[in-house]
Amino acid sequence: MTDNKLLEVEHLTMRFGGLVAIDNLSFNANKREITAIIGPNGAGKTTVFNCLTGFYVPTEGRLTLHAEDGPRLLERTEGFRIPRNNGVARTFQNIRLFTGMTVLENLIVAQHNRLMEASAFSIAGLFNLGSYAKAEKEAVEKAKFWLEKVGLYEQADWNAGNLPYGSQRRLEIARAMCTDPSLLCLDEPAAGLNPRESAELNILLQSIRDDQGVGCLLIEHDMSVVMQISDHVVVLDYGKKIADGDPEAVKNDPAVIRAYLGEEEDDELPPEVAADLHLDPKAH
Amino acid sequence: MSAALASSRTNGSEVVKELAFFAVIALLMSVMLLGVETVDRPTGLELAVRWDLVLIAIGSTVIGRLGLIFRRESISRLWQAVLITVTAVAVFEMFVRFRELDDRWVSPVVLDMAFGSVVSTILAIAFVVIVFATAYFTMKVQGAVEVDQSKKLSAKIQLTYRSNTKKIGLIGIVFFFIFPLLFGDDRSAIDLATLVMIYIMLGWGLNIVVGLAGLLDLGYVAFYAVGAYSYALLSQNFDLSFWLCLPLAGIFAASFGIILGFPVLRLRGDYLAIVTLGFGEIIRVVLINWYDFTGGPDGISSIERPSFFGLADFSRRVPEGAVSFGDLFGLDYSSMHRLIFLYYLILVLALVTNFVTLRLRKLPIGRAWEALREDEIACRSLGINPTNTKLSAFAIGAMFGGFAGAFFATRQGFISPESFTFLESAVILAIVVLGGMGSQIGVVLAAIVMIGFPEMFRELAEYRMLIFGAGIVAIMLWRPRGLLSFRDPTILLNMSQKEKVAGEIK
Amino acid sequence: MDWAYFLQQLINGLTLGAIYGLIAIGYTMVYGIIGMINFAHGEIYMIGAFHSLITFLICQAAGISGILPLTLLLMLFVSMVLTSIYGWGVERVAYRPLRGSFRLAALISAIGMSIFLQNFVQISQGARVKPMQPLVEGGITLMESANFDVQLSYMQIVIIVLTFVLMVVFSLLIAKTSLGRAQRACEQDRTMAGLLGVNVDRTISTTFVMGAALASVAGMMVTLYYGVIDFYIGFLAGVKAFTAAVLGGIGSLPGAMLGGLLIGLIEAFWSGYLTIEYKDVATFGILVLVLIFRPWGLLGKPEVEKV
Repeated sequence: MTDNKLLEVEHLTMRFGGLVAIDNLSFNANKREITAIIGPNGAGKTTVFNCLTGFYVPTEGRLTLHAEDGPRLLERTEGFRIPRNNGVARTFQNIRLFTGMTVLENLIVAQHNRLMEASAFSIAGLFNLGSYAKAEKEAVEKAKFWLEKVGLYEQADWNAGNLPYGSQRRLEIARAMCTDPSLLCLDEPAAGLNPRESAELNILLQSIRDDQGVGCLLIEHDMSVVMQISDHVVVLDYGKKIADGDPEAVKNDPAVIRAYLGEEEDDELPPEVAADLHLDPKAH
Repeated sequence: MSAALASSRTNGSEVVKELAFFAVIALLMSVMLLGVETVDRPTGLELAVRWDLVLIAIGSTVIGRLGLIFRRESISRLWQAVLITVTAVAVFEMFVRFRELDDRWVSPVVLDMAFGSVVSTILAIAFVVIVFATAYFTMKVQGAVEVDQSKKLSAKIQLTYRSNTKKIGLIGIVFFFIFPLLFGDDRSAIDLATLVMIYIMLGWGLNIVVGLAGLLDLGYVAFYAVGAYSYALLSQNFDLSFWLCLPLAGIFAASFGIILGFPVLRLRGDYLAIVTLGFGEIIRVVLINWYDFTGGPDGISSIERPSFFGLADFSRRVPEGAVSFGDLFGLDYSSMHRLIFLYYLILVLALVTNFVTLRLRKLPIGRAWEALREDEIACRSLGINPTNTKLSAFAIGAMFGGFAGAFFATRQGFISPESFTFLESAVILAIVVLGGMGSQIGVVLAAIVMIGFPEMFRELAEYRMLIFGAGIVAIMLWRPRGLLSFRDPTILLNMSQKEKVAGEIK
Repeated sequence: MDWAYFLQQLINGLTLGAIYGLIAIGYTMVYGIIGMINFAHGEIYMIGAFHSLITFLICQAAGISGILPLTLLLMLFVSMVLTSIYGWGVERVAYRPLRGSFRLAALISAIGMSIFLQNFVQISQGARVKPMQPLVEGGITLMESANFDVQLSYMQIVIIVLTFVLMVVFSLLIAKTSLGRAQRACEQDRTMAGLLGVNVDRTISTTFVMGAALASVAGMMVTLYYGVIDFYIGFLAGVKAFTAAVLGGIGSLPGAMLGGLLIGLIEAFWSGYLTIEYKDVATFGILVLVLIFRPWGLLGKPEVEKV
C-alpha cells in the first residue's frame, strides 16, 4: 500500500482571511487508481485542487507527490512549475479551453514545454531546423492519439469554442493528458453531460487509469460516475474529511449520509467521525 | 419577420420626443465649447460668439440620430444613406466654419445672444422642423423593410480574403518593392512611403505584444525612443557606424522591455496598460531633463546618416578615403539615392519583422502567446510560465521598436523627446487595433489609412487627430476586434485553409 | 529644518490633493461599477475647466462678475451641469455599446474618446494657454519666519472646504439613497441587479454623470487656483488622479480622496525639496510601485483569483 502511494496530503489547511476553506485534511491517492473527492457544495473540494495545482499556496500542511524519481513537495513549488516539473495536470469546473484556437492547437499548446526545448527557445524553430520539425511531428502524433481517444479527430480543425459542451469536456481532458501527467485532477468532468456522454466519460477515465497508468483525482457530484469508476472515495464537508474508504463503505457511512441529507435532531457527530476529525493522533 | 419588426416599431411621436431629447443634449454640449470662443486680446480674454456652429451641431446630431433610428427600425437603406450624407455634410460645414473663426468677432456677447444672425437661425430652425416632420411621417408610413444583402457580400469577401492572404501579402510586397521604380523621382512620395513603412514596422512590432500576446501596451513609443537615442548616442559618443548600432539599438530596447516588463507583467490587462503608459512618460520626462546626456528638449542633431553597408557614402561631398554611392555604381550624384536607399532599408527591416512574427506564430512560443491571450489560468495549468512567455513577447516587440527607432534617428538626422509622446504610442496602438489585432495585413492597411491619407490631405491636418480619435471610437463600435480580425490557425490537420474559413463563415 | 517652508508645502499639497481627489472619485466610481478605466475622464475635467472659464467670461460680459459669490455659484452650477452631460455622452457613445464586448475594446475606445475630446477643445477654443485673472484674492498669513511667510490663501480655503462638503454629500448619496444602493448592487453583480429591477443602464449613466460633475468642480478650482488652463491639462491630471484612485484602492470612495491627498502631498514635497522637473516621474513611479506591490491599494480589498 505505501509503495503504491502517488499523492500524500497531510494536514492541509487553507484559510482565506477568517474563512477556513480546508481544515487539517489528510488523505492519500494511489497510483493507477481513481480517487474521488466528494462532498456537498462549498465543502472545499476545488480548493484542494487549487492547492495541488499551485493556484493557491496552502496555509499549512504538506502535499507530497511520489513521482518516478522520488517524492516532490508540491506546496513548495511555484504555480506553473507543478504541471511542468511534477506532472500534475488538471481540468476546470467551468471549462477553460483556448476557445479561439483550434482543437489541435489546444493539444499542441499543452505540449509547450517539450516543444519549447526542441525549438531551442525558438532559435532552432525560427530557422526550421530538423530537430524541431521532428519534435513538432511527434507532438501532432500525440495530439492525434488523444483526438482519437476522445473521439474528436474529425473536429481537429474546428475552433475549440465551437465544439458542443460534452466534446469540450473531453477535449479538456485530452489537453491535460497531453502534458504527460502522473496525476490527473478532474474537476467535475461529468457536470452537464447526458447519460450517454457520462458513460463514455467513465470508459475514458478507466482507460486513462488502466492503459496510461495515470492516477486520477476526481471531484464529482454525479454519484453514478463516482460509484462506478472510483477505487477510493474521500468525503469532505465544511473543509473537513468525514469519510475515507472504498465506494461501498463510504456510501453506507452515516456521517456521509448526514452531510448530504442533513439530520436535524442530532447535532452531535457519531463517535467514529469525531475520532476521525479531532482525535487524529497525527494532527497533534 | 416584417410583422414582428412592424410591431416593435416606435411610433412617430416617440421618435420626435427622442429627437428632441438629443437636440437638447446637443445644445447643452455645444452651447459653450462651440457657441462661444475665448479670444486672446491685449486686455485679456474676451468672447466671440458663433451660434451657427451650435445650430449645426444640433442639426447634425438630430439627423444622425434619425439615421440611427431608421437603422434600428429597418427603414429603407436609401433614407439611411441620405441622412448619413446630410450629417456628414453638416459636420464638414462645421469644420469649414472653424477656419474662418478669426474674422468673426462679435461683441458684446449679450447683444448677440438676443439678435444674432436672424436669418441663419430661422433657416436652421426651419431645417430642423423639416427633419422632425419627415421623421414623424416616415414612421407613420413605415418604409419598406429591405432584405439585408450586405451580410452575404461580406461573407464572400471574407472567404476570398482569408483563403488568399498569402497571395495578397505577396502582391503587397512586390508593390512596395517596385514603388521607388514607379515614383522614383517624386521626393515627397518616397518620403511618405518611408514614413508609412516606419509605422507599418512599429505596428507589426506592437502587434506581437498586443495582437498575439494580448498585452495592452500604451508605452510602446518608449522602446522606439530607446532605439533612436541609443543609435544617436552611440554614434556620437563612440563613433560607431549605423550597421553596428542597429542590432545594439534592438538589444538595448529589448533589455528595456525586459527590465520594465518583469515587475509589471503580472498585472491585469488595463492596469498593465496604465503602467506601460507611465513608463513611456517616465522615459520621456527623463529624456527631457537629463540634459547632459540626452541634450534635453533640444534633442540630438546631426546624427550620422547610414552608409551603403559601409561600402559607399551617399553625401555629395564624400569624406576622405570613402567612396561615393554614385561612383560605386557609376551613377551621377542624386539626392534621391539616399532616400531610396532609406526606403528599401526600412522596407527590409519591416519585412524581417513580419516574417519573424509569422514564423514565431507557428512556433511553441507564438502558440503560447495566443494561448495566454485566450486564458492565462489554463496556461498555468499546462505548465506554461506566464511571466516568461509574456516577457518574451514584450522583449521581441520592444526589439523591433528599437530597430525602428534607430532607423528613425538615422533618417531624420535629428531627434528630440517631442517625437516620443503618448500620442505616438496611441497612434501605433490605433494602427494595430484598427487593422485587427493579430492581423499583419490589417496593420499595413491601417498604417496607410492613418498615416498616408492624413499626409496626403494636408489641408485637413488640423482635424487629423480629431478624426483620428473619433475614428478609433467608431471602429471599436463597429468592429471591436478590428477590421481584419480573423485568426488563421497555425496548423491544420485535415482541412484546407479555404475549407476552414468557409466552415467558419457558415 | 525650516518649518515654515514645510507648512507651506503641506498646505499647497493638500490643496492640490483635494483637486486630484475629486477627479479620482470619478475613476474609482466608474471602475467600481463597470470595471473599466475611463481614460477620457481627464478630458472631462479639462472640459469642466473650460466651461467654468467661459461661464466666467459670460458673467463678465454681462457685467455681473462684480458680484463674486453669484459668479462663483454660476460657474459652479453651469460647469457641473454642462460637463455632466459630456460625462453622460461619453458613456452613451463610446462605452455602452461595448459593454460585454472584450475588455480591451472599451479601453481603446476610451483612448479614442480622450484624443477626440482633447482635439475638439483644441480646435474649438484654440491651442493657446487661457489666462484668467484671480477672482478670490488674499489670504491669511499663518506664520512669519525669517525668509518667508506661510500663506493660506482664501482660494485654498475655498478648495479644501468645497471638496470636503462635496465628499460628505456624495458619501451620503451613495450610502443612504436608493441610487447609491442601485450603484452598489451593480458593482456586485450587474446581471442580478438588472433582474431584480435595478435600471442598470441608468445607474451606470448616473455614475458617469456624478464623476463628471465632480471632475468639473476640480476643473473650476484649477482654473481659479492657477489662473491658466489649456486643452492639454486633462492628460496629466487624469493620469495622476488615476494613480490616486489606485493608491487609495480603486473602487473605494474614501480611498480615492485619501489617494488624491497623498499624491498631492508627494508632488508638493517632491517639488519643494527635490527636483521639480521630476515630479511627474515621482507620481508615475508611485503608480508603478503600488500596482506591483499592492494592486488593491491602501483601502481596497485584495481580489482572490477565481479559478
